[in-house]
Amino acid sequence: MAVVAEAQFHVLAVDDSLMDRKLIERLLKTSSFQVTAVDSGSRALEVLGLSEDLTSSAAVSPAHNEIEVNLVITDYCMPGMTGYDLLKKIKGSSSLKDIPVVIMSSENVPSRINRCLEGGAEEFFLKPVQLSDMKRLRPHILKGKSKEQQLQQEETSITSNKRKARDDELSPERRRPRLSNNSLI
Amino acid sequence: MALHVSSAPPISAFHHLLCFFFHDTYPEMEYASSLQRQLASMKKNLFDQGYLDEQFYQLEELQDESSPNFVEEVVTLFFRDSSRLVANIDQALQKYPQDFRRLDNIMHQLKGSASSIGAAKMKNECTSFREFCNKENREGCLRSFQKVKKEHAVLKQKLENYFQLLRQDGPVDKATRSGN
Repeated sequence: MAVVAEAQFHVLAVDDSLMDRKLIERLLKTSSFQVTAVDSGSRALEVLGLSEDLTSSAAVSPAHNEIEVNLVITDYCMPGMTGYDLLKKIKGSSSLKDIPVVIMSSENVPSRINRCLEGGAEEFFLKPVQLSDMKRLRPHILKGKSKEQQLQQEETSITSNKRKARDDELSPERRRPRLSNNSLI
Repeated sequence: MALHVSSAPPISAFHHLLCFFFHDTYPEMEYASSLQRQLASMKKNLFDQGYLDEQFYQLEELQDESSPNFVEEVVTLFFRDSSRLVANIDQALQKYPQDFRRLDNIMHQLKGSASSIGAAKMKNECTSFREFCNKENREGCLRSFQKVKKEHAVLKQKLENYFQLLRQDGPVDKATRSGN
């Protein structure tokens, strides 16, 4: 699925402040992104198809998670689940870990920034976020996608070799747009 | 069109003529009116006097046909949030002993919002307040907070005036204003 160049990427924005949500949404839309804006980390996880409550019956199934998110941009300081907590949950999930995450904060605290970057965040934006910052998002999305494509290509070459050995099987992996661990056998 | 001047014409008659002649060539000439000049000067003052900074321009850049009232909407949201936060700080300051960490927390939110709309003076007063908080200086906090409230009130009034004037200068008004 090489629809990288022309596709409109979907960004999930997370911020507990209505004003900041309005701002980030406008910034993203002006920069040609499709946007979903939510007010909390737990809501973000719902959109991503990951239930925070692991005991609930709403376990993730591929059909459940129809909304593909290409990047998550989240505020750091939020009540309940902070942006850092959300980052760790995303990076700790096998289905979501390759989604690039950007963290925003109004405070320039080097230890905080480092912690986020070490936790897997692609970037740290200082608020107020500006239009020029939006240009830094696409490279992270594309980097992830090309990595995905590369791995997909490796997958299909592995499976097509297998097919030579086995006559009838059609590999479902070729159709799957996202990478998951169980496809590499 | 014959110009028939029987008696000393009032200024307004010439005014009408000028509008007629110049309307098509310089449609804005009539409309670069006192209203627009007032708006421009208001805005310039807001920046010159340090009430607003660059960030306000950023907001204006985000406004277009698809979101024609974006700036005013964001500013309205700001004052909704900020009024609530100011009230919270007021309340928190009356408590004894002082919870400086909580005060700092609320002020951090207020400062963040202020900086998002480019409210420069307010942002600076918020910073001062936080410095007093860090030193656990209650008197300093109280004095500083008075300044925060003052800047908040002044900015609110100025921006309300600005947007009110801006609304009067809308496209509908331009079409119907016929140089009277």
